[in-house]
Amino acid sequence: MSHHIVAVNDLSYSYPDGTAAIRGISFHITHGESVAIVGANGAGKSTLLMHLNGYLTPNQGTVMVGEFPLTKKTLPMVRRSVGMVFQDPDDQLFMPTVFDDVAFGPLNLGLPVAEVKERVFEALQKVDALHLQDRPPYRLSGGEKRAVAIATVLAMSPDVLVMDEPSTGLDPKARRQLIEQLSGFNHTKIIATHDLDLVLDLCRRTIVIHAGQVMADGLTGEIFNDRELLERCYLERPLRLQGCPICGPA
Amino acid sequence: MSQIETAFFEIGSLDTLATRDSFIHRLDPRAKLLTTLAFIFCVVSFDKYQFSSLLPLVIFPASQLVVGRLPVNFLWKKLLFLAPFVVLIGIFNPFFDRQILFHIGPFGVSGGWMSFASILLRSALTISAALILIATTSFSGVCLALEKIGAPRVFVLQLLFLYRYLFVLGNEGTRLVRARTLRSFNRQGTGMAVFAQLAGQLLLRTLDRAQRIHLAMRCRAFSGEIHLLRSFNFGRREFLFMICWCSTFLLIRAGNFPQLLGKVLLEFTR
Repeated sequence: MSHHIVAVNDLSYSYPDGTAAIRGISFHITHGESVAIVGANGAGKSTLLMHLNGYLTPNQGTVMVGEFPLTKKTLPMVRRSVGMVFQDPDDQLFMPTVFDDVAFGPLNLGLPVAEVKERVFEALQKVDALHLQDRPPYRLSGGEKRAVAIATVLAMSPDVLVMDEPSTGLDPKARRQLIEQLSGFNHTKIIATHDLDLVLDLCRRTIVIHAGQVMADGLTGEIFNDRELLERCYLERPLRLQGCPICGPA
Repeated sequence: MSQIETAFFEIGSLDTLATRDSFIHRLDPRAKLLTTLAFIFCVVSFDKYQFSSLLPLVIFPASQLVVGRLPVNFLWKKLLFLAPFVVLIGIFNPFFDRQILFHIGPFGVSGGWMSFASILLRSALTISAALILIATTSFSGVCLALEKIGAPRVFVLQLLFLYRYLFVLGNEGTRLVRARTLRSFNRQGTGMAVFAQLAGQLLLRTLDRAQRIHLAMRCRAFSGEIHLLRSFNFGRREFLFMICWCSTFLLIRAGNFPQLLGKVLLEFTR
């Protein structure tokens, strides 16, 4: 399949208070790609993500998901195919138990009970959280919450996974597990993050955003070697690519 | 500050108890909910001067404690915690209602004291029944049972959300209070003005979070109705449980057992 699965064309958005968060962003993401959206605080990453599932409507430009432009009419379809994992898992886990939470989406889609159970089982197994299914969400650790939040989205079997800062608040081990799990998914992935080391592991392609505009769009390796570009966008090379403070520069 | 934190852990402890396993825990939530409601209804239906005739009703919470293998401690603590409010409700009765009802030795017992004692007993009975219901069913179980017996859906959802985000709100509140305490010295900065600011902050954060939660729900095809997968099974056990208890309540309501017992004893000793 080679059709563009997420295409953003000349997108602009200003918040009601006048802050121009996005100023003419365009990119095409194809099926199965794993793309990082990196940028400093306030660069417009989260605002951009909000457009991908139609929460915000652009002032100018279009968003295409699959073969459809995002409009009010196509919204339910788009939301079904774009799975969004939020920055704070507490926002995403609102049901009494983990099972209910993962079943929430599939039940809303009106699937038969047997299939819902099957999907919940599969989704929880994919993130190694099957043993948590009867626990209430507020009793989970940060890493467990994140895993379950991802499962809630996987249960909808989306075509595209959109994640906002998936590694914040995780300890090194939980972060490593997350990276391993994500690398096992075949979905198209769009990950907005500051964690450039995670990008190095997961994304072949990186889009750098600065002040609401695309500053660079290309192979992760090339972008992370462009020190001048990163500095201009208030970013730093991933630690792994930096020289060792003891043995000398790379 | 630390009191708030422990209070929150206490709420969670009820749910932990609900994960235990016993005959009571396994019963259909609806049976337990309806029986508890019948119990509460029975308790409040007694005349305001009744005390001794309410005593036999203690058997309901007591037997549930035993069969459900719940620690008595948790109940005591919660009852003591609520006691001041209850006392406040009834404390003026002895001053207004001074009519002497009967004498114990040389002391005359006024109607006010009787109704005060009755209020204390009733609240202890109803509160413990409600707490035991949650400790054997879990809060969400009670909510679902409410929905199944026909309570409005919106109301049930509100309850579920309230309970879910009570913990998040509690955490956020504690963090705010902690941050304030750590930077206020000699009672500076702990006044009402700062407190109002904190409360405002909390409200704004809550609104923000509500918006994000709504978005999260919309992202997962939410269209105004929440579906829950729960298999409820109202079988013979549940039926028997309800019938037995409700008839016990009726019996206790109909006849004054302590008086009856007294009479029987008198007959024997005569």
